[in-house]
Order: sequence, then C-alpha cells, then structure tokens
Amino acid sequence: MSVATHDDAHAHDHHDHGPAKGFMRWVTTTNHKDIGTLYLITGLIMFFVGGAMALVIRAELFEPGLQYVDPHFFNQMTTLHALIMVFGAVMPAFAGLANWMIPMMIGAPDMALPRMNNWSFWLLPFSFVMLASTLFMDGGAAAAGWTLYPPLVLQTGNALPFTVFTVHLLGMSSIMAAINIIVTVFNMRAPGMTMMKLPLFVWTWVITAFLLIAVMPVFAGAVTMLLTDKFFGTSFFNAAGGGDPVLYQHLFWFFGHPEVYILILPSFGIISSIIPTFSRKPLFGYASMVYATGFIGFLAFIVWAHHQYTVGMPIAGELYFTYATMLIAVPTGVKVFNWLATMWRGAMTFETPMLFAIAFVVLFTMGGFTGLMMSISPADLQYHDTYFIVAHFHYVLVPGAVFALYAATYYWLPKWTGHMYDERLGQLHFWLTTISVNICFFPQHFVGLAGMPRRIPDYAVQFAEFNAMSSVGAFVFGFSQLIFAYVIYKAIQGGEKATSEVWEGAEAHGLEWHLSSPPPYHSWTEAPPKEIISDLH
Amino acid sequence: MDNKELQKANARLVWRIVAIAVLMFGLGFAIAPYYDAVCSYFGISGRVNEASSEQTMQVDASREISVEFVSVVNGQMPLKFRAETSKLKVNPGQYYTVNYFAENTSDKKLVGRAVPSISPAWLSAFLKKAECFCFSEQEFEPHKERKMPVRFVIDPAVQADAKEMTLSYTFFDITEKSQTIKN
Amino acid sequence: MKKTLQLLTSLWSVIWGVAYAETGSGTGVGWGALNLPAGATPLSHDIHDLHMTILWICVAIGVIVYGILVYSLIHHRKSKGVEPAKFHENTKLEILWTIIPFLILIAMAIPATKVMIKVYDTDKSDMTIKVTGYQWKWRYEYLTDGLGKGIDFFSSLDAKSNEARQLGSKIDPTTVEHYLLNVDNPLVIPANKKIRILLTAADVLHAWWVPEFGWKKDAIPGFVTDGWIKVETPGIYRGQCAELCGRDHGFMPIVVVVKPEAEYKQWVAEQLSKKEANKVDLSKTLTLDELNAKGKEVYAANCAACHMPEGEGMAGTFPAIKGSKVALGPIADHVKLVLHGKAAMPAFKDQLNDLETAAVVTYQRNGFGNNKGNSVQPADIQAYK
Repeated sequence: MSVATHDDAHAHDHHDHGPAKGFMRWVTTTNHKDIGTLYLITGLIMFFVGGAMALVIRAELFEPGLQYVDPHFFNQMTTLHALIMVFGAVMPAFAGLANWMIPMMIGAPDMALPRMNNWSFWLLPFSFVMLASTLFMDGGAAAAGWTLYPPLVLQTGNALPFTVFTVHLLGMSSIMAAINIIVTVFNMRAPGMTMMKLPLFVWTWVITAFLLIAVMPVFAGAVTMLLTDKFFGTSFFNAAGGGDPVLYQHLFWFFGHPEVYILILPSFGIISSIIPTFSRKPLFGYASMVYATGFIGFLAFIVWAHHQYTVGMPIAGELYFTYATMLIAVPTGVKVFNWLATMWRGAMTFETPMLFAIAFVVLFTMGGFTGLMMSISPADLQYHDTYFIVAHFHYVLVPGAVFALYAATYYWLPKWTGHMYDERLGQLHFWLTTISVNICFFPQHFVGLAGMPRRIPDYAVQFAEFNAMSSVGAFVFGFSQLIFAYVIYKAIQGGEKATSEVWEGAEAHGLEWHLSSPPPYHSWTEAPPKEIISDLH
Repeated sequence: MDNKELQKANARLVWRIVAIAVLMFGLGFAIAPYYDAVCSYFGISGRVNEASSEQTMQVDASREISVEFVSVVNGQMPLKFRAETSKLKVNPGQYYTVNYFAENTSDKKLVGRAVPSISPAWLSAFLKKAECFCFSEQEFEPHKERKMPVRFVIDPAVQADAKEMTLSYTFFDITEKSQTIKN
Repeated sequence: MKKTLQLLTSLWSVIWGVAYAETGSGTGVGWGALNLPAGATPLSHDIHDLHMTILWICVAIGVIVYGILVYSLIHHRKSKGVEPAKFHENTKLEILWTIIPFLILIAMAIPATKVMIKVYDTDKSDMTIKVTGYQWKWRYEYLTDGLGKGIDFFSSLDAKSNEARQLGSKIDPTTVEHYLLNVDNPLVIPANKKIRILLTAADVLHAWWVPEFGWKKDAIPGFVTDGWIKVETPGIYRGQCAELCGRDHGFMPIVVVVKPEAEYKQWVAEQLSKKEANKVDLSKTLTLDELNAKGKEVYAANCAACHMPEGEGMAGTFPAIKGSKVALGPIADHVKLVLHGKAAMPAFKDQLNDLETAAVVTYQRNGFGNNKGNSVQPADIQAYK
C-alpha cells in the first residue's frame, strides 16, 4: 500500500503537475479529491435513480385502485428504492465528502491508502449495475423490502444470488472506505492537530467508520446464510430444520440500527460545522458533542430489537429494548441543545447552507419526536409497520441526512470549484424542497396513525386525500432536485471567483478555509503552521 | 514520522481493523447456534427443550394449569394432523401423555418434520418432555394414519401466576429434501 | 418571545386538536383520519392514552425548543447589527439539559411498563381462536369447546374489492363499499369475552392487525405467538395484514364481527349445522354449464389473484392457465395440482369442497379459450385426495 506524504510528493515530482488527462484519469486516480468527486457524482446519480423509483411508488399511491404497476413490481420498487437510497445515494455521498474534506481538515496531503481508495470506489458502479440488472431477471428483482426478511425473500427468482452478491460488494466497498478514514485520521494528522481539535465532521466520520467495520460484516454474513438456506440446504432461518426466521431479523437489525446512525452521524458533523460559521460564533459544547456522538455510537449496538416489538419477545426483552431505546433521546437532545446554544446570541446570516442546516435542526427534531414515541413498545404495537413509521424514517433521512448533504454541498462547493454558486437558485431550491418535503411526508403521520399499513400498493378510500397530497409533495420535491443539479453544474462551469475563506470568518472554523479555492491537487503538501491550528475553534 | 515508519504504522492499523471485520463476519455465523441455546434456555420464540428422560418430581396437586394442544400443517403438505385432546388441565410435576394423529392424504410417501412451539413463549422452559416426535424425520405411507405420543411434565418451579399455555406442533414437508440427502 | 410562543402553541393545537377531536369517533374518514383510534378494547384504550401522553410531552418539548430557535432566528441576526457573543460552553447548563430529559424519560417509561405488562397478560381467557396467515388469506379455527369448536374457515378479500383492485379494472374504488377492507367470511366473536388469539403462518411472515383492538403481532411459520382482545361493543371492526408477505400483501384484510353473547351462540349453532348440511351431494351429476358458472365464481375468489382474471398469469412468477399444459393435459394431474399445490401454488384441498374443486377445474379447462369440452364431477374428486 503506497502512502502519500509530503516527502513522497517531492520524491515523485510528476505528482505536482496535477491530474492526468482524459477518461483514464478517473479510472486510475488515487487522488482524494478525484475520488471524492467520483463518489459525490455517483451519489447524485443514484439519488435520481432511487428518486425515480420513489415517484413510481407515489404515482401508484396518488389515488386508490391500481393504475400503473402490478403489486409485485411495486414491491420491487419499494425494495430497490430503499437499497439504492441507502447504499447508493447517502452512503457514497458521505464517503465523497469524507474523501474531499478529511485530508484538508486534518492538514494531510491525501488519504493514507490511496490505492485502496480507488478500489473501494470502483466496486460501486459494478454493484449498482448488477443490482439494476436484477429488475430484468426471471421473477424480477428482490421484492421483500430492503430488510430482505426470510421466508419471503427466498421466494425471489433468479435475482436472489445477485442481490446478495451486490450486498457483499457494497459491504466490501464501505469497509475499505472506513479503514481508509480511520487510518488517515489516526496516522496522518498534522502536528498540533490533536483528537480534541478535530472538526466534528471528522469525529463523526471516525465513529461512523467504526460502526461500518463492526456491522457490515454481520449483514454480509446474514445474507450469505439466506443464500445457503436457499441453495445449499442449510436451515439457519428455516423452522423445519430447527432454524428460526426471527434470527435473521436479529442479525439484520444488529446491522440495521447502527446503519441508520451511519446515515445520520456524518450529518451531525456537517451541521456542527455550518451553524458556527454562519452564527459567527464557536460551536457550543464541543467536548459534549464528541461524547454524545460516541454515546450514540455505543447505544446503536444495544437497541436493535426495537424494530421487532411485534415478533413476540418475552416481556423482559420488550422492556429492556424500550428503556435502552429511550436513552438515545438524551445524547441526541444534547446535540440539538448545543446547536441552539451556538445560534443563541450569534450574528446569523442565512445563505443556502445555513438555511438547510436550520431546516435540518427543525425537521430532524420532528423525526426525533416520532422516534421517541415509537421507542415506547406498547404504543409501537400500533405504530409498527404503518405509514407512521414511513413518515418517521423519512423525516430523519430526507430533511435529516439528505438536507445535511445539500447543506454540505452548498457550503463547500465554492471551495471545490473555486466559484460561488448561484445564491438565488440555491434559495429557490431550498424553499421548494423544504415546503414539498413536508407536504410529502407530514400527512403520512396521519394515515399511519389512522391505520394504513406500509408497503401496500393500494389502500382503503379513507386514506385517499392525504395520499394524494403526499404524492403531489413527492413530485414537487423530486423535480426541485433538478435545480440542485443545475446549480452544481453552473458552479463547475464558472461564476464569481471564490476567495480562499469563502464565508466571512470561516478561517477560524477549519483548516480547509486556509487552502486556495479550488485547493491544490495535493492538499497540504507542507503541514499547516501550528498557530493556525491552535487558533481554530 | 518519516515515510517508512508511517507506512508500517498504517499497515499495522489496517490489519487490526481487518481482523475486527473478519471477526464480526464470523460472529454472525457463531450467533446461530448460540441463539438457539439462549432461546431454549429463556424460552424466547417459544422454543422447546429437547426430550429428556423421565424424572420424579414433586407433584403440586394444589395448582392446575390448562394446556392447549394445537396442530399446524405448513404450506401445501397433504397431511391431516390433529391432537386427540384439545385441552388438558394438568398438575405441575405430574407426567401426562397426549397423542397426535397424522394421516397422509396423498398417494405418495411423505417425510415430515414437526417443530414444536409454546405460547406464551416464556413458559416453554418449564415444559419438559420425556417423549416427543419433534425434529426427527417422520415417514408417512400413502393414506395411512399414524399415532405420535407426547409425554410431558410441567416443572413445579413454574411461576405461580401461570394458568394457561399452548403447545403447538407445525409439520413441515421435507420429502424432497430427505430424498436428495438419501440419493 | 411571548408572541412567538403563542403563535406556535396555537398552530400546534390546531393541528393536533383536530386530531384529538377525531379520536372519539373511531376510524375517521377522509381528512378526519388523523390519529390512532381510541379503540374498542381495554388494551386499545390504554395504548391510545399512552400515545396521547407521549404526544403531548413531545408537543410541549417542541414548543420550547422551536420557540427558542425562532426567537434566536429573529433577534440574533447580523442584519440587526448584533455583535456575536464569544461563549462556547457552560457546564451547568450542559448538565441540566442532560438530566432533565432523562427525568422526563423515566416519567414516560413508568406508564409504558404498566401497559406492556397488561398486553402480555393472556391468562384467564374465555376462549381461544387460532389464526393462520396464508399467502394471501387468513384461516380462523375455533378451539374452545362450546364456544365454536369445530368451526374452521378461510377469510379472503371480498369479490367486489378484488374485482376493482385489478390493474386497469376501470372500477372506481369509491363505489365499492369498504374497498379493500371487506372479506368473504369474517371472523365472528362474542362481545365482552376475553379471547386469546394464537397466531401462526403457513408460508411466510404475516401480521394480524385490527387498529381498534390496540395491537398487532407477527405470524411466523413454525412458531405460535399470542395476544388477547376483549371487545366491549358489538360491531364490525376492520384491519389488514401488517407484515410484507408478497405480491398481495395489501389485499388480505381482516374483518371481525363482534356479536352479543346470545347472538354469537346462535351463529355458532348455525355454522355447525351448515357444516353438516354443506357436505356435498356426490350422487348428483352437473351439466358443463352449471359447472362452468360455479367454477367462474370459485376462480375469481381463489385463483384470479395470481393467475389473473383472464388466465394469462404473470411471466416468470405465476404460470398462465390459458393454453397451459396442465389445463389441457390429463384431468388427474390437473385435479391433483389444485388439491395439493406445488411450490408457490397453495393446496386447496382444505379450502374448497368437492363441488367447488370440480367446478373450478372444469372452468379452467373450458374457459380462456382452452375449450377442452370435458367436465369433472364432484364425485370424481375424492379419488384424487
């Protein structure tokens, strides 16, 4: 494994001439910014693919009755929409941000393991092509939901082994990315950049990386067992052979619960970077933010069965998981209060990144409230598997994780491209997105409470009005994202030159604002001066 | 740190992390038998202990627990499966025998396997069986009925407030599977 | 500050006030379907109250958090010329906002624990009903002597909803009464009796859920789970399968008819005598037309979901009947397939009587342009069982 350091860069001076030209530059690149860009573009493309599937779902649910698709295809859409959004859009986008920002934030020239970085990216396009191809196989793609619960998932046709293999590849890719991030942060920090000086984005990613390493292999193992149950006569999840389908659920959620934190922790880091910059104040309670993140990461491992309150656990199990899950509210609350205290008595301005960050705080908290309600096991006997759940996790994942990604993109886009983005279009994108996302997901709380189960292609007529509203919101939301893509395209093409600081006073908030915009191909070929690091807050 | 040292340090860290990942992958598989053990110990999922030999227990005639007997046939297995009694009031500590009957309604030989389950699940640790037809392969000749006895006792250590429980057997068709194994 | 708070409070109470007002009337309709139903059993009342308690606690916390945020957004702007403060920690404050939420959580956990203990108390039930989930119908078996033992039937989506829900049916769902929430044979239970529901499944996972009974529980093949209901008011209660179970997961509703005890007993007697009378007269020979007409009904209720109303099937998943080898091949193989099933095809021997089996086989051999011209008589069926 080659290591790019400042000495190395001097020894091979072709590195200093910047990127190679043409298509092969992207195939063979080991540069953290190139790979970051590849990840981000993949994330954006998959966001549109997964979004198109969501629109198929919402079009079918616009009114009662089946209008467009067969229920079996509908189930394939819900399954692939989730798998693609989770593994194809959000996770690669966060990996892209980590690649771009972490070396710049810790004062390193590049990631620690540049070649592994190249492999971990290039596994992705192949696995997504394979996943998409399952749609055209005999029996269609997997249609058992992203949770892939047996025995239902074992009724999948030819697609099953390909779906499982996709999960393996994606798992390997994210484990390699996680290894790279941990090694980079542990070994490549500039002198003076102690762990308790790291920006929160770096901290949250380190904890995320540990979660990935601990749980992706468990998921890979569980889907492997599905495969052997189907083709090699084992009975891990088959009651006839002494197995238990519920064991799969335990294994899945042992992965699945940390997985939702993998999707949200880096968002916390992003928001913790943006709010101080636009409040012109240091982040409130840095140390408690780090401890809260660590505590959330720990809790992630001991609450999984709150996804299974209805499987018939012993009452002691139900109560234990209820109490443990409720505890999550404490560190999460600390984070929200810290953000409020950061804004308190600041001098705020409201550029697009800040708007998305504020919307994140408001709407993520909404998702937090419904999450708290669902942690109460007797009440969850009603909420479980209804649209209330759908509303909850979309509130934490769309105005949560996805808004954090928008905020991060607007915040760092001038740094990446060297050009300011179009602020008027950014604000338009913000307002359209924020209003439509609420029109889409808020009514889902109501239909869920009133009795609409999730994962159904058609519904009783009393749910019609709210579903129609939700579908309208979904379409406005979906098409508003074209503005986002256009803003990015425009900023890459040109525009007002960005200064190295970009945002007023940003230099005090991170090392990345001390590099030129766009930054040099190799970020910190010389370690940043210690005074800069000690002045950061 | 110079370049060589850094490379070494990186490699060390990478291998440590890879070891964690491999360990976690193995853990998933290791959990399967461990889960079985934990479940039958605590009676999670209504698992039932394997049959064990008959022991003498203190019969508690002052308490009565009513046990329901339920039969289920999974999927499309052509089997008529029933319990001879649907409900029995039992004293903890006393052994009882209940017969299940299964009739093959098809023209072909069938091989089945019965899986027991107890509800409420946390009582399953207290139901002990001396004789049981569960988990082993059961063969059924075409259009023949077979009697399968279950001999069980409820451990007198069962909670005082336990009043009702259900013992259920689900028959799974493993004809195809057992043939592939034999061939 | 005060003004903002007032504004927010009124906004929240408008949204949830509407929701709260609705709960008394059970499952609301249209824009009124906003909240958990208060339900019809002691458990559902408790769960509803618990839900409302947590909801109001969340609303209260929300008002405070959002109030502070809005105040800050209005007053602490650069455009107002404020100088940013420099503080970045306050240990006392941080300890306070760790401990207060913790205390609130304890206050929520106490009622939650009480309700959960009640949910798990299935003892001293008056009767037991075994519920089995199938792809895609429910089977109800009454297990208690004198209260319906021997009654055993399948319950699937009613014919009208089933017709309307087909892709491209051109039937407006609003014209169908209880669209997707109606069945051919509802579960009938007595009011004010504690009924233990035993749940299991014959193929994949399902979940049995009637919102007004307060809970749902998974049905797992090979395992038995349980729950209890005690419905106070006679009436009709509707629910749905709540665990994804394949193609027609959305189309296996649950309807429970709750009758006063006397009426229930009468119903039981009727069912048991009907069961006796229903034994098919095997001596009778039916004409091809009679069999086809009956077979068409049976087909619509049992086969059309997978094999499609016109017998065209679904490529790769469900074979076509139109022009199929089975429907055009030997009668014996055809009847056996219907009786005993194969792979994803369920066995219908327990669901259809001999007349229905004979009729549906005849219809499949003569409908959809298959035109075999031969018929199967009810008396022939027994030979294949």
